[in-house]
Amino acid sequence: MAKNIQSLERAAAMLRLLAGGERRLGLSDIASSLGLAKATAHGILRTLQHEGFVEQDPGSGRYQLGAELLRLGTTYLDVHELRARALVWTDDLARSSGEAVYLGVLHQHGVLIVHHVFRPDDSRQVLEVGAMQPLHSTALGKVLAATDPVAHAELVDAKREPFTARTVTELDEIERTLDLTRAQGYAVDNEETLEGVAAVAAPIYDRRRLAVGAVGITGAVERVCRDGELRPELIAAVRDTARSVSRDLGAKPF
Amino acid sequence: MTDTHTGPFIAAIDQGTTSSRCIIFDRDGRIVAVDQKEHEQIFPKPGWVEHDAAEIWKNVQDVVAGAMVKAGASREDILSIGITNQRETTMLWDKRTGKPVHNAIVWQDTRTDVLCKKLGGEIGQDRWRRETGLPLAAYFAGPKIAWLLDNVSGLRERAEAGELLFGTMDSWVIWNLTGGVNGGVHVTDVTNASRTLLMNLDDLKWNEEIAAEMGVPMQVLPEIRSSSEVYGTVTGGPLGGLLAGVPVASALGDQQAALFGQTCFATGEAKSTYGTGTFMLMNTGEKLIHSESGLLTTVGYRIGDQDPVYALEGSIAVTGSLVQWMRDQMGLIKTAAEIETLAMSVEDNGGAYFVPAFSGLFAPYWRSDARGVIAGLTRYVTKAHIARAVLEATAWQTREITDAMTKDSGVELSALKVDGGMTSNNLLMQFLADVLDAPVVRPMVAETTCLGAAYAAGLAVGFWENVEDLRANWRRAAEWTPDMDPEVRDREYKHWLKAVQRTMGWQDE
Repeated sequence: MAKNIQSLERAAAMLRLLAGGERRLGLSDIASSLGLAKATAHGILRTLQHEGFVEQDPGSGRYQLGAELLRLGTTYLDVHELRARALVWTDDLARSSGEAVYLGVLHQHGVLIVHHVFRPDDSRQVLEVGAMQPLHSTALGKVLAATDPVAHAELVDAKREPFTARTVTELDEIERTLDLTRAQGYAVDNEETLEGVAAVAAPIYDRRRLAVGAVGITGAVERVCRDGELRPELIAAVRDTARSVSRDLGAKPF
Repeated sequence: MTDTHTGPFIAAIDQGTTSSRCIIFDRDGRIVAVDQKEHEQIFPKPGWVEHDAAEIWKNVQDVVAGAMVKAGASREDILSIGITNQRETTMLWDKRTGKPVHNAIVWQDTRTDVLCKKLGGEIGQDRWRRETGLPLAAYFAGPKIAWLLDNVSGLRERAEAGELLFGTMDSWVIWNLTGGVNGGVHVTDVTNASRTLLMNLDDLKWNEEIAAEMGVPMQVLPEIRSSSEVYGTVTGGPLGGLLAGVPVASALGDQQAALFGQTCFATGEAKSTYGTGTFMLMNTGEKLIHSESGLLTTVGYRIGDQDPVYALEGSIAVTGSLVQWMRDQMGLIKTAAEIETLAMSVEDNGGAYFVPAFSGLFAPYWRSDARGVIAGLTRYVTKAHIARAVLEATAWQTREITDAMTKDSGVELSALKVDGGMTSNNLLMQFLADVLDAPVVRPMVAETTCLGAAYAAGLAVGFWENVEDLRANWRRAAEWTPDMDPEVRDREYKHWLKAVQRTMGWQDE
């Protein structure tokens, strides 16, 4: 590496300094330890403080490591934890909507189904936990691609197979759909993956407002659509469920 | 879309070990509102656990009122109230003041160990098994009554003078609901009475000889009624204003309520509740089966004046608590759900087997000298293999209970209905189906205990016509089908049984 960014190097040195031995240090201690002008040190500290990596004790004015830094190592949400938190809400969604419920997360190049609640009729159904769904055509996939940049990159790179006459494979058109998904807070799959089957899904957020998964229902178009559109009460039920699970994960409304 | 709840409703009170809850259900068995309040766990000495029954009654009133408000329901909307309760927890109260004369002794409390040994005499813990279906063990209510009468000054005299009433929590709640000191009815149901060591399983009457041997005066005992009938109506007290005249119409011990809520109404149907420990009950119909394999015989339920339905019960002491142990004592996982992630990072158990006999082995062994082992360790085994062995332990212990049930009843398990927190663990549920070689089915309502009490209370007032109506409400949320090579299953079971043998005789007695 030819040239490093000096201010980042200095910020890293400050964090190391605060992480070692004495935990709270004043501005002048920090500046002199690192051989920096006070104003320079203060500028960097203020930026770190803004990002939550450093906190300033209001009484003494001394600096210490911030809570955000401690959280960095533990942001990964276990998918089984996600399922356990979603269980009650997804059962209720299946019951109120009368349709099968799926919970999906990004995994490699697609959507991994981590939880599946049967459609509440007495028909034979097979548990689809562990199955993969495509990103570009399914409601779950579109929600993930619209809310998670990594999923978006996967979608752009993926081979977008036309499953039905309605499957959208053109990137420009997909991007417009994703914009719409972000704006309205849900995505629809109207016979784009399977003939005769429609779905609607909404994003699940964690306490940092990062999208960690998507939840949705899937069913026969005759039941879930009216005049060719997803029934609004089903959309509302899915979004309510997504909000409830997000709230259980600690996400604040804003 | 049927998401709007309109009355009428049934209210169910679940007076549990750590909290009291009230859930209001609609005709489809869907939850309309829930309210819940925890109560204090009192530990006066090691091994002793008590509850303040007055606090519990106050909480019950609070949660019933709370659930009514959340549901936006009025008295006219509530057709009846049902009760399910922590089983065996024992209390005595003064019938004139309505005040408990001592804290309730909780089912987990072991203070009656010595008394039970003494009562067993030369015959031992099976002395009254034929009559009551139970071994003489500290859980059950009868000896707890005797302990209170003999150890709290003045109680025996007051009991013999007819001043005191005994009850498990169902009796206490029903007596208070129906008026308390002003004409409250003193009753219990057959399922709760079947956990006292004092009731004959065949005629469902108190056994006066056993009561005399145990030193329990007959006048303290409540009247034994069915699990589903109108015992009385809500009268007086703060709830009187809210619910006066509403029938109090069911009582079921919590595990029996779950059996009812899971709609296990046919012979051979079974449910297993996976919590800290696990309780499995199998409906054996009108047949009373005396277990040869260390299971308990208990009353499953009785609807009104119909014949009683019996059940075999097997319990596993350590299931969910083993996952908690991995989290809290071993620090191998951060949350209980992570056990699945860790376990899934490997293909199999790597040859390791974990028998969590932390406080001995329950059914079908009943060995108090056993202690936990991890068997089959080699350099190859990682923490992920141990995580897998932890989950497999729950499944194998279930297999041992179902084997015992099949042996006793002659009925093969056709499917296992599951509930409880561990049912969110997909790997465990699949492995369970694999080792049982039977489908494992999870219903859509997780609150099967409350639902069972609501069902029984609704049946009693004609809200539901019959059990077929209730079956129609049952919805499958997930089903795991067996997918394991029989050779692998047999080999693994053999290894498990070998590991179980390694636990025995560790503790010198």
